[in-house]
Amino acid sequence: MFIATLVNSTQTQTGLSLLTSPFMINALIAGTLIAIASGAIGYFVLLRDLPFATHAVAHIGFPGATLAVLVGATPVVGLVAACAAGGIAIGAMGHRARNREVVTGTVLAFATGLGLLFNSLGSAQSGLLTNLLFGNILAITTAQVVAFTAIVLVVLVVLAATGRKLLFASVDPDVAAARGVNTRALSAMFLLAMSLIIAISVTVVGVLLIFALLVTPAATAIRLTARPTLVIAIASGIALVSVWGGLIVATYQPWPPSFVITTIACVAWIALPQLMKLRGPVAAPDVVTHIASS
Amino acid sequence: MIWSGATFDVPTGSFAAVIGPNGAGKSTLINLLLGGLKPASGTVEVLGSPAETGNPRIGLVPQNRSLDHAGSILCRDLVALGLVGTRWGIGLRGPDLAAEVDDVLTAVDAQDYAHLRFGEVSGGQQKRISIAQALITKPDMLLLDEPLAGLDLSGQVDIVELVHHINHDRGVTVLFVTHDLNPLLAHIDSLVYLIDGTPRFGNVDDVVDSGLLTRLYGTPVQVTRTADGCVFTRTE
Repeated sequence: MFIATLVNSTQTQTGLSLLTSPFMINALIAGTLIAIASGAIGYFVLLRDLPFATHAVAHIGFPGATLAVLVGATPVVGLVAACAAGGIAIGAMGHRARNREVVTGTVLAFATGLGLLFNSLGSAQSGLLTNLLFGNILAITTAQVVAFTAIVLVVLVVLAATGRKLLFASVDPDVAAARGVNTRALSAMFLLAMSLIIAISVTVVGVLLIFALLVTPAATAIRLTARPTLVIAIASGIALVSVWGGLIVATYQPWPPSFVITTIACVAWIALPQLMKLRGPVAAPDVVTHIASS
Repeated sequence: MIWSGATFDVPTGSFAAVIGPNGAGKSTLINLLLGGLKPASGTVEVLGSPAETGNPRIGLVPQNRSLDHAGSILCRDLVALGLVGTRWGIGLRGPDLAAEVDDVLTAVDAQDYAHLRFGEVSGGQQKRISIAQALITKPDMLLLDEPLAGLDLSGQVDIVELVHHINHDRGVTVLFVTHDLNPLLAHIDSLVYLIDGTPRFGNVDDVVDSGLLTRLYGTPVQVTRTADGCVFTRTE
């Protein structure tokens, strides 16, 4: 229904025929790639205590996208560039600055204000603001799918190659550094990878709902299991079900996919640990610290 | 500059305590030995070669780990990272690795809770896991940074006994940074003490002395010799 309204098709398209339409296939491919990458990145976001930084990076991407429109470029290009710059800047600020909530919050607010300015100066594309803030997975183009595929593959290969070093540097930074692991380079690399995945996730759930893909699935998974690869697999699985669920529901109901995606992620976060409790011990939120409760 | 003019050798196989008031440079000393800091002048040699990061012959037991970061992973995975966390790729569960992890877990008597998350076990158990992690590279030297902080008396005694056995049975040289010397006095043979801006080295009998410790801590300290060692207490 939502999709049928969106495409404003002359023929009434519903159900299965919509699921095989070109923009739907783009949405499914991009959504799948982004969900898988979000699960992997999300686990390290939690271990490295960066949930708030994900929010900041997404907000920094916002003026990038509206500025791109202002100068006649594609918004996604500006989004990716600004997010990457934001991630590099957070890395350059170093460990101490990263968790200063006031600094992060101030930059976040400033970036959002700037994004609003660029948007009002530009020849406001209809729906651009809503798409950026809340995402629109159905607006993903074929060219974007190609670019996103490349980004996700590079990020996943880098994570697989550095997995153990990154895990060591994330959970045990002092010992890792003493053992010769280049924790600074890994930190910079991770922030860049994280920012790229945030940028492309913004196209799905938007700046404001980024938590639902980058943080919530991993926060759910980390309570269900402690094994790193399993946490990543479950987090990616939850993100995947959320995205696919959002797309499928949107073909039948007049609801935007972003709403369904965030709802599924949130319900999983509440319900899955409760269901697991019936079967055995689940880590209490205080064990995984503020990770699961934030 | 924290301190200068430091010249001392700790003999191989020693069990040495490192003491000094807050801000005397104990952390600096550890960082120098680990190669994370370079001396402004002079040289630092550890186990016969210049101090450099990434030396698997030094096992580090860090001060209390941040549970925000380490709390969610399993104790045995944290131990495994001590060995494979410096290598490329993924995976913490190969059969060879599992055997090595089991070996060090047995050495610190931590098999019973190694399957739990690091944040779920007690402070004393966390220390044992940290020692197991430090032992997994089969180091010749163990560097323990305030391992007794936050432990109750029996927990402190347990850790000291464990470290004594590692020192005695495996011939591992131990540098044990501590604020409280009492739990260690029965087992250490020497001390590195940071006093008047300079680290010095001495035998227990020479250093554990009322006058010296009073100067070191800047508060009156009374050393009392007993049949099986000595204790020191703050006096008014």
